[in-house]
Amino acid sequence: MTEHTPLLEIDGVTKAFPGVVANDGVSFSIRAGEVHALLGENGAGKSTLVKMIYGLVRPDAGRMRLHDAAYEPRDPSEARAQGVGMVFQHFSLFDALDVAENIALGMDDPPPQRRLARRIEEVSHDYGLPLDPARLVGDLSAGEQQRVEIIRCLLQNPKLLIMDEPTSVLTPQEVEILFTTLRKLAAEGTAILYISHKLEEIRALCDHATILRGGKVVDTCLPGEKSAREMAEMMVGARLNTPARAETQPGDVLLEVSELSVTPATPFGTKLHDISLQLRAGEVLGVGGVSGNGQDELLAALSGETRLPKSEIVFKGRPIGASGPNARRAMGVLSAPEERLGHAAAPDMTLTENALLSGAVREGLARRGFIAWRKARAFAERIIAAHDVRTPGPEVAARALSGGNLQKFVMGREIQQRPEVLIVNQPTWGVDAQAAAAIRQALLDLSAAGAGVLVISQDLDELMEITDRFAALNAGQLSAPRPTRGLTMEQVGLMLGGAHDMEVAHETA
Amino acid sequence: MDLSAIDPLVLAASLMIAATPIMLAGIGELISEKAGVLNLGVEGMMITGAITGFAIAVQTGNPYLGMIAAMAGGAALALIFAVLTQLLLANHVASGLALTLFGLGFSSLLGQPYVGVRPPRTFKLEIPVLSDIPVLGRVLFQHDLIVYISVIVVALVWYFLKYTRAGLILRAVGENHDAAHALGYGVVKVRFLAILFGGATAGLGGAYLSLVRVPQWTEGMTAGAGWIALALVVFASWRPWRVLLGAYLFGGIVVLQLNLQAAGVRVPVEYLAMSPYLITILVLVIISSDRARASLAAPGSLNRIFHASH
Amino acid sequence: MMRLEKRPSPSRLWTAATPVLAVVVTMVAGGILFATLGKDPVAAIRLIFWDPLFSEQYASYSRPQLLVKSGPLILIAVGLSFGFRANVWNIGAEGQYIIGALCGTAVALAFYPAPGWYIFPLMVIAGAFGGWAWAMIPAILKTRFRTNEILVSLLLVYVAEKLLAAMALGAMRNPDGGGFPGSRNISRYEPAANTELIANTGLHWGVVTAFIAVIFAYVMLHKHMLGFHVRLAGQAPRAARFAGVRPGALVVFCLGLSGALSGLAGMFEAAGPAGRISIDFAAGYGFTAIIVAFLGRLHPIGILLAGLLMGLTYIGGEIAQLTLGLPAAAIQVFQGMLLFFLLALDLLSNYRVRPGRREMT
Repeated sequence: MTEHTPLLEIDGVTKAFPGVVANDGVSFSIRAGEVHALLGENGAGKSTLVKMIYGLVRPDAGRMRLHDAAYEPRDPSEARAQGVGMVFQHFSLFDALDVAENIALGMDDPPPQRRLARRIEEVSHDYGLPLDPARLVGDLSAGEQQRVEIIRCLLQNPKLLIMDEPTSVLTPQEVEILFTTLRKLAAEGTAILYISHKLEEIRALCDHATILRGGKVVDTCLPGEKSAREMAEMMVGARLNTPARAETQPGDVLLEVSELSVTPATPFGTKLHDISLQLRAGEVLGVGGVSGNGQDELLAALSGETRLPKSEIVFKGRPIGASGPNARRAMGVLSAPEERLGHAAAPDMTLTENALLSGAVREGLARRGFIAWRKARAFAERIIAAHDVRTPGPEVAARALSGGNLQKFVMGREIQQRPEVLIVNQPTWGVDAQAAAAIRQALLDLSAAGAGVLVISQDLDELMEITDRFAALNAGQLSAPRPTRGLTMEQVGLMLGGAHDMEVAHETA
Repeated sequence: MDLSAIDPLVLAASLMIAATPIMLAGIGELISEKAGVLNLGVEGMMITGAITGFAIAVQTGNPYLGMIAAMAGGAALALIFAVLTQLLLANHVASGLALTLFGLGFSSLLGQPYVGVRPPRTFKLEIPVLSDIPVLGRVLFQHDLIVYISVIVVALVWYFLKYTRAGLILRAVGENHDAAHALGYGVVKVRFLAILFGGATAGLGGAYLSLVRVPQWTEGMTAGAGWIALALVVFASWRPWRVLLGAYLFGGIVVLQLNLQAAGVRVPVEYLAMSPYLITILVLVIISSDRARASLAAPGSLNRIFHASH
Repeated sequence: MMRLEKRPSPSRLWTAATPVLAVVVTMVAGGILFATLGKDPVAAIRLIFWDPLFSEQYASYSRPQLLVKSGPLILIAVGLSFGFRANVWNIGAEGQYIIGALCGTAVALAFYPAPGWYIFPLMVIAGAFGGWAWAMIPAILKTRFRTNEILVSLLLVYVAEKLLAAMALGAMRNPDGGGFPGSRNISRYEPAANTELIANTGLHWGVVTAFIAVIFAYVMLHKHMLGFHVRLAGQAPRAARFAGVRPGALVVFCLGLSGALSGLAGMFEAAGPAGRISIDFAAGYGFTAIIVAFLGRLHPIGILLAGLLMGLTYIGGEIAQLTLGLPAAAIQVFQGMLLFFLLALDLLSNYRVRPGRREMT
């Protein structure tokens, strides 16, 4: 697999959006059969770069060459026609359409449905990712949905396959299946551009890595020869501090959930079955799981957005299952949902208004329903100061903040209210490393001060780092928690449902 | 009261006529909603079609030219909606309402010289052989051209959505516009075309009212038909053949109600005249109370504003 | 090609400026419309917007009419604005207006010809209740069966219109009216009359209620959690649930409020300016109020101004009809265009328009 001319050559590509230069003179190249990692924090410019390669965005300056010829795709279909395929991080799938229809939509000249269905079965089997073409995509697990995306690309025999954060929705076992497939593809001569911030995975899979920071290429390396920590520091451009935690003894049980079951309101939601757990004062309990296994539903049930039979949730001996979010807040049970824009915060409202959103009860920001705007603003300012939220002031709309800053604000809003129990879902999702470290530290400090913290997360590294006990959420069921210390990734993977009963064709093929 | 005056055959034949305007408007709205756009301006597009069709038919003496003009009129109004919602990113609900309010005013302005004028006649198209079948022939095969066209349009829409690639793309755009955009489909273009199609069929439906069913021009003559067409799409769970079924059921209610009025049933006329609206509400309730089905059938991106940031 | 770029925060300047700009653009477009109808555009615009207030010839009659026409528009639009902010679309205000009028009038007719100070207050309660109850139909169907409130509230307008006709011809018909349709004139029945409070101003109880509603709405929206939750639910429904808002309760509140205010508007109209129930009692206030609500940016003060402006176009339209022979429908077209331009220009408050190529159409 050593060809001398690169398959794709990026030369001095620049792209600016209003207020931000997303890519600034980026150059690198990929050879056929190579697995090339693109590393960088959120906002480093990885997404923009691959969108240019896939024809979704056009560069302002610079050249791209594919197969030693000028490459200027005007739209994705042109990119596909020239052998470039892409698997998106947020899948470009249609829940209410079936697998075959979804795949047909990603092809420029699909064969008739029946022939296509047969091809899907063949190709998906060959690459160890079996798929039933007649199933509705909305009914598939996240891992299976990703297969749809991958097969969609493979059917067009791509020369270059771009994968944007492909493993964030997979269990460790599913990751192994995917890697086997990718290695097979590479061995057949397909180049793979692999975007991720999971460094161990990159070390295991990739031949080369290009590191982006602030829109520029800051370094390249051979991932096999560097440690994950070294690569992380190249990404961030600074030394990283691991969150410090004091040893604490867990105290009394604060929150007790018993046999909680919820039927989802939306057709493709997840049903929760008989979930039971105990959260003690001073501990951090982690709930891991691949997206779509009931995380949102669990948070809604714990926050009070979903009303339950009274006794399914007990807080310090008081049944609170039937109480709404504000009644729970008054008692000291607070939460922060995953989606910042639209759930934890209203994008078009100011930070002051967003501070009021969940702080009204505990901070006394309203008397008899009449809002004390001055106090609300002071509360917002307190959050901003205490959690280093970068913003011109509290009267700025939430959507104007960067993801990391808004997340610090949203988490800070709950932490500043001194909760006795805090439930968070994906506390550092899409947040840069430094903000993530700050948020994790704040959660640890909160538990050290005696609160019970429940962290729902898909980021297993995060859970391994900050939790005392770990439980896995799989298809709406929660495993018994186990002490985090000493758990191996393989054990965690099995707790998460292994390969989710997906047929592992590699072993048979 | 003389119920024997109601001839079931005439009833059956006339329900097809009563059903045609809402079927046309409904099937157009279905396409528009399948592409993810809820256009509440159906009433406005229908009545605009009713008057432009009427005016052109009277001016040229040719009802079919009038119907073509009605389609253009409905589509022209739909174009305003498309520009507002797709290019200027205005709120769909407000824009649809604006369309209806504007259409009602515009049509009565345009229609002033035509009040009391008789339109040129349309001809019944008796399908040879079939129309001679006893009973059925009279009910099904002795209508004007538009009745048949409306059925053909439903069939074509069904085929288009189910078997063509363009139909698949349209459904994809309605289901998840962000994903469709990421795959490189022109969301705005697809929606523009769908909205225009909806406008054209609504216009044709309106012209059928003023040129065939009534036939004359009166202000506000659609009397909620556009809204009923919107309800019809919900009733149909976004499936073309059910639009046809629903339209005929509804047509039956309207015709029966009119016949009861004529037969002198001892219920005030006004209460009978309420029945189509009340029954529409009732049907909406029954359909939407079926939680799982209702949410599965509705296109995923319906009524969400699409703006490609990058 | 132009490129749109979302503003980080909505522009305050444009939020306030777009309605004004929309009115100006509509005047130009309306002028063109009038010109194509063969009327002098400048004279027509002047007749509609200037003469009702300032010409010696018309002002004495039309100035009081301004409040008479604007009162119900403002009252209804204030109620609608809550729902529109919360994404609860009551577009059946016209029906609630009719039912409110029927209920209020029914109380008056039931007491006729007895005296009693309590009759008018009872009518007010009945009017509000009637509109509220009529709006509860879509509200309950929405919360119980998730039926679309837009369609139900609108379809109920037609039902209300038929009911109005049935009442005007049947149960409420004036027994002394020589068989003509329509009820007794209750504005001449003193205990039930909604009289002009200050002579020659057009100020009646309905207008007073409208002003109170504006103040109430302002306080609610800007100073109270309820208004905050209404805004939150409209902008970010999931965040509203997180903040403890129950969507069903909000639907009931928004529809109930707008229904009650529409019912009040109808009742005051029947007992005052209209004087009675007749077949053509419904004059489209319920629909025009939708335009008023949007033109006023769903803001109480804005609605007050927009209501006055819309009231003006009604009166000016009547004058133009009499003197220029401008068709009545032309005003309706004019109002429709205003909403179009407003919606089109709205873009400017949330997006920046820049020249340049658009990324990926």
